[in-house]
Amino acid sequence: MQLEKELKTLRISLLEMTMLVSNQMEKACKAFDTGNREIAMDVITNERRINAIELKIDSDCENILALHHPVAVDLRFVMAAYNICSTLERIADNADAIAKYVLEMTGPVSEDIKKELRIKEMTDTAISMLNDALDAYEEESPEKVYHIHSRDLILNEINIQSSTKMVELIKKHPNEIKQLLFIFSTIKKIERVGDLIKNIAEEIIFYIEAKVIKHMYSKNLPEDKN
Amino acid sequence: MITQELVLEEPHISQFIINKPLSSKINTMENDQKISSTTSASSSENTLMSENLNVYYGDNHVLKNINLNVKKNTITAFIGPSGCGKSTFLRTFNRMNDFIASFRMEGKITINGVDIYDKNVGTEELRKHVGMVFQKPNPFPKSIYENVAYGLKIQGVKKKSILDEAVKKALKQAALWDEVKNDLKKSALALSGGQQQRLCIARTLAVEPSIILMDEPTSALDPIAAAKIEELMEDLKKQYTIIIVTHNMQQASRVSDYTAFFYMGDMVEYSDTKTIFTNPSHTRTQNYITGRFG
Repeated sequence: MQLEKELKTLRISLLEMTMLVSNQMEKACKAFDTGNREIAMDVITNERRINAIELKIDSDCENILALHHPVAVDLRFVMAAYNICSTLERIADNADAIAKYVLEMTGPVSEDIKKELRIKEMTDTAISMLNDALDAYEEESPEKVYHIHSRDLILNEINIQSSTKMVELIKKHPNEIKQLLFIFSTIKKIERVGDLIKNIAEEIIFYIEAKVIKHMYSKNLPEDKN
Repeated sequence: MITQELVLEEPHISQFIINKPLSSKINTMENDQKISSTTSASSSENTLMSENLNVYYGDNHVLKNINLNVKKNTITAFIGPSGCGKSTFLRTFNRMNDFIASFRMEGKITINGVDIYDKNVGTEELRKHVGMVFQKPNPFPKSIYENVAYGLKIQGVKKKSILDEAVKKALKQAALWDEVKNDLKKSALALSGGQQQRLCIARTLAVEPSIILMDEPTSALDPIAAAKIEELMEDLKKQYTIIIVTHNMQQASRVSDYTAFFYMGDMVEYSDTKTIFTNPSHTRTQNYITGRFG
C-alpha cells in the first residue's frame, strides 16, 4: 500500500532528524562544557542540514495529508510527525545558540561555577530526555515518555535556582559578568530545550495512545513507571 | 424512490395489501400520527432500532445479532467491505429484503416503537415513512414534474395546487428547484447524472418520509455532483433521519454523525464518526478505515 510506504519514509526521516538533533545537543553541551570552539563550529555548520530535513518532512506530511487522507493512527502519526519535526528544529536552534555563545565566551566555564549551577546535571538530564524521546518514538513505548515529564522538573528547578545563584556569582566575580551572562543564557536555553522535549513526549503519547496530555499539570499525568 | 418500488415491484404488492389496507397497524394504532408527533421530540431520541437482528439468505447467516439505535435527525453511515451485510441491513428498514425468496429474519426492527415487521404493517405505508435513494439515479421516463408528483398521485392526491406546491417544495429541498424551475415539463432523462440523483431525492421527499435510506447515492456521480448531494444531506438532516451506505471513507467521515462498521455480518463497531475515524476501539475497524484490508 502506497500510504504505508509514505509513512515508513516519514518515520525514517523523522528518526534521522531526531538523531541529528540529539547529536547537535550533545555537541553543543560538550562545546559549552569544554569551551571547544571546533565542536561549536561543527554544530553551527550542521544547523543547515537540520533545516533541510525539516523542509523535507513538512513537504512529506503535506503530501500524505493531501494525497492519502490518512485516518485514525495514521492521521495521528502524521500530525505528531509534523509537530515533532517543528519542535526538533527549535531544539536544534537552541543548540546552535549555545554553540554561538561558546564562540563568544572567553574560555571554558570553571569547574566551581559548573558545580555551583549544576550545569553537568542539567546538560546530562536534557540529553537523556532527548534520547528517551527518540527511544520512545522508535519503540512506540509510552512508558519512557512519561518518565520525560518528571525529569523536566529537574531542569525547571535548576533554572529557577540559577537566578539567585547567578546574582551571588556576579557579586563574587565582577570581572566575569559577560562570561556569567553567557552561562546564564545557556541555562535558560537548556531549560527551554527541556520544555520542547516535553512537547515531543506529548506528541508521542498522542500518536501512540490517542491521548491529549498537553497543558496537563504533572500531578494529573499518568504515574511515572520508571 | 418509494413510488418507483411500487411500480417496479407491483407483482408483489398484493401480498402486502392483504395485510395492509392502510388500516394497517401503523394506521389502526394511530402510529402514523405517532411517527409525526415524535418527530418534534428531542434530537437524542432513537428513531429506528434494531434488536437482536439476525438475517439469513438460505443457510447463509448474513447479519449476526445486530443491535443498533439510530438517533433522530442524524446521519448514520454504514461502512464495511463488500459482502459485509451493510446493504442488507439498510434494506431491512424498508423491508426490501422481503422480496428475496430465501430471506429469513429473526429479531426486531422498530420505528418510533412500531415493529415494522408486524404482520399488520404494510410495506406501502412503511415506505411512505422510509424513503430510499439508490446507487444509480433512476428517474421515470417522464417529465421532471411528473417524477416528483408521482408518489403523491398514486396516494390519491389530485388537486393541482397541492401537487404544484409539493413538487416545488421537494425540488427546493433537494436543491434542484433553481436549476429546473423553468423546465418542469422537460424529460427527467435529459438531466445530468447529478441532477437526476437530486430529482430522485426530491421524489423521495415529496411523500414526506421521516427516514431516508441512501445506498451509495454518489458512487455513480462526478465529484462536483457528489459534493452537492453531500451538502444537501447536511441540510436534510435537520428534518429527516438519514442512513447512508458508502464505500467512500472520506464521504462517511465528512457527512455522517455516527458510523457503524460491519464485517462478515457482524457490526464490529458503532460510534460517533469522529471517534471511528480518529481513534477506533477495534483493530479491525482501524485496519479497514486505514485501508489495510477490505
